Amino acid sequence: MIRFSLLQFRGQAITALAALLVAALVLVVTGAHLDYLFDVSGLAACHSAAGCPALAGQLLEKVRGYSPFQLLYWAGLYLVYVVPALVGTFWGAPLIAREIEAGTFQVAWTQSVSRTRWLVVKLALGGLASMAAAGLLSLMVTWWASRVDPLDPFGMNRLQPAMFGARGIVPIGYAAFAFALGVTAGMLIRNTVPAMAVTLVAFTAVEGAVIAWIRLHLIRPVHAVMPLNLATVQDVGNNVGAPASNGLFVSAPVAEPSGWVYSSQVLNAGGLTSLGPEPHACASGGPWQSCLTALGKLHLRQAVTYQPTSHYWPLQWAETSLFLALALLLAGFCFAWTRRRLTG
Amino acid sequence: MTAILEAAGLGKRYGRRWALRDCTLAIPAGRVVGLVGPNGAGKTTLLSLAIGLLTPTAGSISVLGGRPGGPSQMARAGFVAQDTPLYRRLRVGDHLRAGAWLNPRWDAERAWQRIEQVGLDPRQRAGSLSGGQRAQLALTMALAKRPELLLMDEPVASLDPLARREFLQGLMEAVAEHGTSVVLSSHLIADIERVCDYLIVLTGSRIRVAGEVSELLAEHHQLSGPRRDPDTLPAGQEVITESHTDRQSTLLIRTSAAVLDPAWTVRPVSMEDLVLAYMSRADDAPSARTALGVIS
Repeated sequence: MIRFSLLQFRGQAITALAALLVAALVLVVTGAHLDYLFDVSGLAACHSAAGCPALAGQLLEKVRGYSPFQLLYWAGLYLVYVVPALVGTFWGAPLIAREIEAGTFQVAWTQSVSRTRWLVVKLALGGLASMAAAGLLSLMVTWWASRVDPLDPFGMNRLQPAMFGARGIVPIGYAAFAFALGVTAGMLIRNTVPAMAVTLVAFTAVEGAVIAWIRLHLIRPVHAVMPLNLATVQDVGNNVGAPASNGLFVSAPVAEPSGWVYSSQVLNAGGLTSLGPEPHACASGGPWQSCLTALGKLHLRQAVTYQPTSHYWPLQWAETSLFLALALLLAGFCFAWTRRRLTG
Repeated sequence: MTAILEAAGLGKRYGRRWALRDCTLAIPAGRVVGLVGPNGAGKTTLLSLAIGLLTPTAGSISVLGGRPGGPSQMARAGFVAQDTPLYRRLRVGDHLRAGAWLNPRWDAERAWQRIEQVGLDPRQRAGSLSGGQRAQLALTMALAKRPELLLMDEPVASLDPLARREFLQGLMEAVAEHGTSVVLSSHLIADIERVCDYLIVLTGSRIRVAGEVSELLAEHHQLSGPRRDPDTLPAGQEVITESHTDRQSTLLIRTSAAVLDPAWTVRPVSMEDLVLAYMSRADDAPSARTALGVIS
């Protein structure tokens, strides 16, 4: 059964291997140059807190000046997101749907191999290939960007939502889930093309939902309440529609280096979100410094919810495990369905 | 003689519709069985139940002395599904290699020989084969399993007359050589007549008659004579169909005894008469009328 599955999967595997090889070639050649820029920057040997940022700035300047960099940086990012979706759509969805459509499941199921074994082999082979494809690509892109990512070249560190899923091991989980989702959709819908469309939409929806609502809670985030750092205040005003007596609004973005700030809130000295009236020094349009002084007298505090940089790998493992668990759940459903419903 | 396929009260229901019901059968080994009936009569359902692709809703079925399904049963039975599905993107040779990997009793030599014999190029993709070539490849795959029982669902339905004759010829040669039992469905009586020695008529999801062709032909008679009420026939003469004019009656009856009444002109029946008689008798039941409407 394994050899037969390999035979069926041969075409897709060759396409994937060729694409990976092209990606590897491009990334190795350009990555070597990025490596060279890093080596000559002297950043590796730098240990002084004063000098390093300057060296990093110079390196970033050079990296940005390297013409393929910008294109490859974004292309790599998108590609790592796109590959799991492709794998689910073009490998997962047709796996069973095409056999049902063409009637060939009747050929497969009337050989001397149980249909459970048939599905085990098909799922395992396709699932492992999907994970390998996404994993290898992510590995290559992560290596390629490893010299540059710590510099936050586009103001995005690796814990930022847009970046997190394009580095490390998370794409492996995405690919396994997308593949299993495709297989399940194909089995239920029994038509290849609609199953492909449903897979693409459902996968994107689940991935989006996890990023928006679930990821933060996979590892308990840090909640911190600290005195408001006046140096970070960017804007002071009155909340639109709020009474002037209780409408003070302070915008002070929190910078957690290499972390992911999920929410931040300015609180009054008593810990409440209503901050009272806007100080006269601010409302009158006087000098900024006197406004800040007036704010300082309010003893404002700031509550922050964030994932610190130390949570990066635990979060990677947690999200990968979540998607692998979902994939296994779907696979289990596929087994039950093959046994019961497809036999009528 | 032991039965190769035995069914008792077998039924299969989809939602509220019975695709097959009250099916009781005992097919002896070594026969070439023709399963005949209009499209939608339940032929595919019966064959799928026999190979184990479907599980019964009611009753029981036993094939080769065991419950259908499972690798050991599949190894002993060959199946050619309707429209002879094949892996379009795999080559003819790939199909034979896959067959060898998936079946412990696979006869590779016989398979390759047969492919050469029917003129198939092992390097050709299955998707580019003609209907006749597809059927030949599917039959080769099924025969290479060295099956004790070969089940085929409308294998020649989509073939032109020449390809149909070649296919049936190849089938008969293989059967003669290896003594394989065969059940083959068709809605074309001529094909059944050519190759089968056992007949099952299935319409409106029920079996109407089943038996050895020679016995069935010997037991059925067409009677014509002066008009007569069929109720006045002697016991043991079962009326299958009747038609009456003002002065004359024509009956098709089944009886194991000779017809002695001199008022009747007795004629033997052909297989076509027999099949059509049982089909039209089933048609009297309102449920079967729609099923027969699609006969082609």
